[in-house]
Amino acid sequence: MVSHSLALPMICFTTLWGLVGVVAPFLVPKGPNRGVIVTSLILTAVCCYLFWLVAILAQANPLFGPQLKNETIWYLRYFWE
Amino acid sequence: MSSLLRGEEMCLAQLFLQSGSAYDCISELGELGLAEFRDLNPSVNTFQRKHVNEIKKCEEMERILGYLLREIKKADISLPERDVNPVAPLPKHIMAIMEQLQRLEVELGEVTRNKEKLQKNLLELIEYTHMLHVTRSFVQRTCEREPLQVQYEEFPFLEKDTVMDYNSMQRLGAKLGFISGLIQRVKIEAFERMLWRVCKGYTILSYSEVEEYLEDPETGEPTKRMVFLISYWGDQIGQKVKKICDCYHCHLYPYPTSNDERNDVVEGLKTRIQDLHTVLHRTEDYLRQVSIKASESVYTWVIQVKKIKAIYYILNLCSFDVTNKCLIAEVWCPVNDIPTLRRALEDGSRKSGATVPSFVNRIPTSDTPPTLFRTNKFTSGFQNIVDAYGVGTYREVNPAPFTIITFPFLFAVMFGDLGHGLIMALFAFWMVLYENNRKLKNTRNEIWNTFFEGRYIILMMGLFSIYTGLIYNDCFSKSLNIFGSGWSVKAMFTAEVWKPEDLTGNKFLTLDPNITGVFKGPYPLGIDPIWNLASNRLTFLNSYKMKMSVILGVIHMSFGVILSTYNHLHFRKKYNLYLVFLPELLFLLCLFGYLVFMIFYKWLVFSAKDSRNAPSILIHFINMFLMQGDTVSPLYPGQAGLQVFLVVIAVLSVPVLLLGKPIYLYWVHNGSHRLGMYRGYERVRRNSEEELYLMRAHDMEEGSSHSDLSTSTEHKKEEFDFADEFLHQAIHTIEYCLGCVSNTASYLRLWALSLAHAQLSEVLWAMVMRVGLRTDTRIGVLFLVPVFGLFAVLTVSILLIMESLSAFLHALRLHWVEFQNKFYGLPVSKDILC
Repeated sequence: MVSHSLALPMICFTTLWGLVGVVAPFLVPKGPNRGVIVTSLILTAVCCYLFWLVAILAQANPLFGPQLKNETIWYLRYFWE
Repeated sequence: MSSLLRGEEMCLAQLFLQSGSAYDCISELGELGLAEFRDLNPSVNTFQRKHVNEIKKCEEMERILGYLLREIKKADISLPERDVNPVAPLPKHIMAIMEQLQRLEVELGEVTRNKEKLQKNLLELIEYTHMLHVTRSFVQRTCEREPLQVQYEEFPFLEKDTVMDYNSMQRLGAKLGFISGLIQRVKIEAFERMLWRVCKGYTILSYSEVEEYLEDPETGEPTKRMVFLISYWGDQIGQKVKKICDCYHCHLYPYPTSNDERNDVVEGLKTRIQDLHTVLHRTEDYLRQVSIKASESVYTWVIQVKKIKAIYYILNLCSFDVTNKCLIAEVWCPVNDIPTLRRALEDGSRKSGATVPSFVNRIPTSDTPPTLFRTNKFTSGFQNIVDAYGVGTYREVNPAPFTIITFPFLFAVMFGDLGHGLIMALFAFWMVLYENNRKLKNTRNEIWNTFFEGRYIILMMGLFSIYTGLIYNDCFSKSLNIFGSGWSVKAMFTAEVWKPEDLTGNKFLTLDPNITGVFKGPYPLGIDPIWNLASNRLTFLNSYKMKMSVILGVIHMSFGVILSTYNHLHFRKKYNLYLVFLPELLFLLCLFGYLVFMIFYKWLVFSAKDSRNAPSILIHFINMFLMQGDTVSPLYPGQAGLQVFLVVIAVLSVPVLLLGKPIYLYWVHNGSHRLGMYRGYERVRRNSEEELYLMRAHDMEEGSSHSDLSTSTEHKKEEFDFADEFLHQAIHTIEYCLGCVSNTASYLRLWALSLAHAQLSEVLWAMVMRVGLRTDTRIGVLFLVPVFGLFAVLTVSILLIMESLSAFLHALRLHWVEFQNKFYGLPVSKDILC
């Protein structure tokens, strides 16, 4: 099917969550809630990035493949390529 | 932010209030809600306090208000919806409110009683009318039964058409009597049997049913009744019959002797019933008017009375000073709010027109102040769920600002469905948009209030669930194929591994990633959509989710341990950093951090080529503890040595954690005494170094006995502290080390619940929706509508409500137990200022 590289999504998502977690805290306006907002941004970035990272690393080197029904294989052969 | 991270800095202040303006000042302070009053008269009984009479009056007013509210609700009058927040009225107005309330109560009571009496009357009259109507048909009927009258020759009155002839009866010397009335239908047979047994045929009972349901005058319930007519002769029989009628709770009415009399009575009854109807109507109208007038101000009064009672309660807590002219009160209040407090006191003094102002003084104290967190509408929900476990001690680090994100995140890991998350987020968004709608805010429904209070929590949970649903690639149990799958079926055919005959021969075939072109790279956003079509989907997902749970758990717990450094540094117990925090962190990271490292290592290094001899991480982890490095091939060179090193560090950190702090504290308390003694000797004998040296040597030999004699009492105290401290630390060590293992396993519930959710979702699709979509007849289109309705109802009730409550509870438990016991102190029940 489609050939996916590991590097491109890694760069994209690292920059995305890096922006959210590292750059955005400096852009939060001063006010009574600044601390809470900064903490929330950092924690969100860490949690979401980690979750995505675990998902992609678990699939990067699969040890076994999916077991499909023969009808599904027939369908995929002609409709997904 | 420091306010939410640690809590406000609080101070103890003393208020001096002029007697005249005390009430107004406290009213102002109460409106602000900033101060917590301490009880300065703890030994005084509640009934001996100064303002006990006023409080009794307030409670009386509350009772009347409760009665009024009940009456208004009974009359179905809608109460005004304005947001009222009236200020507490002055003491001179309290009597006026009291009088008004008492008047209203008396009036309402009287009118209600009158109305009930009238209604009872009306029902009785209606029954009487029915009875007359029905018995007329008795008498007419009996006169038609001419042939059967042979038996009743003794009672020739039946021959004539409707007139009871007493004359013929008197010929027989007997007095004929009639009793008529109504009885409940269920009792009529028993009644008849009883009459027969007792009176043995000397009575005749005729009865007939009333078609309509009549309301019972006593209970007001509609019942079915029968009208009966008993004709008897003889006085004695009459008494017996009357007693039997009483026993069966019959309603007896006088029986008219002649037809004319009957007609007159009926006419009279008709007019009376009409009159009663009118009077009742008027009474109800008047009652309604009174209730409406009361309902306009009842809520205002309720709030005012509550405030008055609160003010007098607070006044009871204060004490008089020696000159008896001003009240002293002690309050806890935030340091930053002392100016606001001052201004409130000035306002109060001004309002009461006092010449001498009241003022506030800050006083030093060594008591622990209560904990206060300033929250807004967003953070208050999260603070509530943290406080539900226990309120932190003063100035301890507060888990709430971190819970704002980690709690919805852990919930979403367990809930993980794009479609369900979207519905949940939309529901919460609707609640947030309409949060100022009074009807939503002020309902009495407890369950709705719970959901409404947590609307921001639900919104965060929904948004995170959308993200995790995207990563799990699960939307109502179907996967989205945005980027194209990374697995190619065609490559299996081009590589000649599968031939077209294989498809017809085998039901299931497995793709092999070893063959070139089959696996083209990991799906960039989440789980590959091909896994949704695979029959061995759970094998892959279980391994992935279990490892993810352990990774998230170890990181969450490490974060908790690191947070404890805040506490150690703030409370100036730097030794805790080295003796408690460091061993804890080392223990956790050397064992479970290494496990996380192994997971990542296996993911990155082992691929399909080595799938035959891919190591099992669990086996390696167990072997690490047993120090058997050579039974399985190593993951990387030097693994055995590194593992031994890590295990040794972890094992060594346990005794440091166990003994370090008690021994250090013991040394601090005892060693400084010894130093003090030496210093004393130095001061006295500064002359000769040699002598000093000799003295010290002398002391060394006798040092122990000296310290025994002079510090014996303190020594005992140190002894006591040491044992206590050691026990405390031993418990902490055991709890922490065993907890590390059990808590890491506890995080596997993240895997378990997300699996349950995914399976439930799939079952619902396969058993409900697919059945509807597969009927391809014309009826199938119509059939799909109720099928979709059933699917929607089951999705909302089972998956959205039940599963989300379950995931909420488990995420909460993970926070309360696994995360918070790494740094949160033993929660003491201190008050929070509200």
